Amino acid sequence: MRAVVVVTSATCPVCGTLCDDIELVVRGNTIEQVRKACAIGEAKFLNCQKDRLKAPLIRKNGELVETSWDQALQRSAEILANASYPVLYGWSSTSCEAIRKGLELAEEVGGVIDNTSTVCHGPSILSIQEIGISSCTLGQLRHRADLVIYWGCDPWSAHPRHMERYTAFSEGRFRGSNWRRYVKQFYARQLAKRVRRTASLGPKSIIPALAVEGSHLPFFTAQGARKMMVVDARRTRTADAADYFLEVKPNTDYEIMQALRMLIKGEDPDVEEVAGIPVEELEEVADVMIGCELGVLFFGVGLTMSLGKPRNIDAALSLVRDLNRRTKFLIMPMRGHFNVTGANVVFTWQTGYPYAVDFSQGYPRYNPGETSAVDILSRGESDAALVIASDPVSNFPRAAVENLVHNPLVVIDPLETPTSLMADVVLPSTFVGIETEGTAYRMDYVPLPLKKVLEPVSSALPDEEILQRLLDRVRSLRSGVDQ
Amino acid sequence: MSKVKVTLLTGRTITQGVGKELGKLSEEYLGSVAICEMDPEDLRLLSVRENENVRVATEFGSVVLRARESQRAPHPGVAYIPYGLWANVIIGPRTHGTGMPSFKGVPAEIEPAQREKTVGMREMLRTLYGK
Repeated sequence: MRAVVVVTSATCPVCGTLCDDIELVVRGNTIEQVRKACAIGEAKFLNCQKDRLKAPLIRKNGELVETSWDQALQRSAEILANASYPVLYGWSSTSCEAIRKGLELAEEVGGVIDNTSTVCHGPSILSIQEIGISSCTLGQLRHRADLVIYWGCDPWSAHPRHMERYTAFSEGRFRGSNWRRYVKQFYARQLAKRVRRTASLGPKSIIPALAVEGSHLPFFTAQGARKMMVVDARRTRTADAADYFLEVKPNTDYEIMQALRMLIKGEDPDVEEVAGIPVEELEEVADVMIGCELGVLFFGVGLTMSLGKPRNIDAALSLVRDLNRRTKFLIMPMRGHFNVTGANVVFTWQTGYPYAVDFSQGYPRYNPGETSAVDILSRGESDAALVIASDPVSNFPRAAVENLVHNPLVVIDPLETPTSLMADVVLPSTFVGIETEGTAYRMDYVPLPLKKVLEPVSSALPDEEILQRLLDRVRSLRSGVDQ
Repeated sequence: MSKVKVTLLTGRTITQGVGKELGKLSEEYLGSVAICEMDPEDLRLLSVRENENVRVATEFGSVVLRARESQRAPHPGVAYIPYGLWANVIIGPRTHGTGMPSFKGVPAEIEPAQREKTVGMREMLRTLYGK
């Protein structure tokens, strides 16, 4: 019987919430039980040793076959050293230490290095650089925020413990949790549904009278309680948990936020409705925003991925700036991957720019739209790629993927993914935060340590070590010296 | 044949999140992403029932997906596909100079495709990229 160890305060390497209170029951070298994590975190910890790559792979006669580390690294180094404009993409699901090595490698090979924020909160970064941001740490919000707005994001699905740890369902020093109220509302809604279903069996005339659902302003909540508002194109599960849900048509967020800005400044929009929403309703929303003591607006990729992109974020940041003339308001992007914030931090610290950095001129250049991964790939400009801890074959538009798969491709990943299946060389890596320690940045720019809780599977090496070995080989190839 | 015009949204779902951690080549992942969540009213217009196949087309391509009645309804005229290979083959590469393609708010058309089959990950990759 092997000893059972309970690891406490482990950090979950899944989303930008970076929960650091996870408990893992480890027997021998296997995680048996995961406590406090969400469904996604639990799935990652429990399945981390299944279906792992058994050795480095190399493409021979069209098939990926197992090979030695020596051959795989040599082939990868040749691909990168011989390319004139390689793209080095991914980085958001690995440690800051590995990202630093990646930047060194990008500079050495004169390539473009881009992280996944390019297809996530890249537009937010562009806008923050123009407008500025009034933000804070999540701890502040947990204790003090009395109005929480989620706009274009669904933490229930994408950041499952965000509400529990930091906002509506967390017990702060000065603000209580809404959990009990939510549970009561949930049962009330279930009951209402049952009543409606029963009523639908009777005469048709009574259905419209029972069809009223949803929450309405103004809020009737206890003094000091938090209020939660959701703005989205669909009634998400997060919206179900909210005190008020504003359903907007896709691609209309910009108009609605600009209308809210007018109302908050005391101006009259002089129209009956904005993007299908009556101005009276927006006035009530504006009143709630102004009436709070400390509000926070969390925004997601619902704003960055729809029409307007950075202009939507301009409106959101400006809305919060305007609100700060009337009350205290903060804003924060809901970052996706667990270390995408870290990728931006390390990129900026090393090159001056947070993503889409081009080293082809020998010095860092930054011009998203020109030097960003999707654009370079779609225009067919790159001639090789290194992908680490990411799956662009699944996540990029098809036109961009075509260039990626038809040029030499090196993939560093713990698992088989659609991208690794398309690769010419696959280098198996360890899971950062499970098999390798490191540092990651939470969405509010707080750095947290990632723990090593298991010994790595024998075939894998840490990202940082793989990149260092690659860098050494590229350097010796470029200097013409055999290793 | 009947068609409906919709605004396509792609995004995260909790089952997609769990599916990707179980492995991108797992059945769970396939079941969580090769779907199209539609409003019951739109399904009725197409005479398509839950779990029957539909073809979703944009100006960039088309893909066969399993239709699901949305748990988040009503949202007539809005269809939702979870992030993944299936969503992205019909997403365009234009970034409007920002680096970011439009993953949300894309005009699309949906038609019934009960006789067509959805394909697995490896077959899909082979068809699309020949590897």
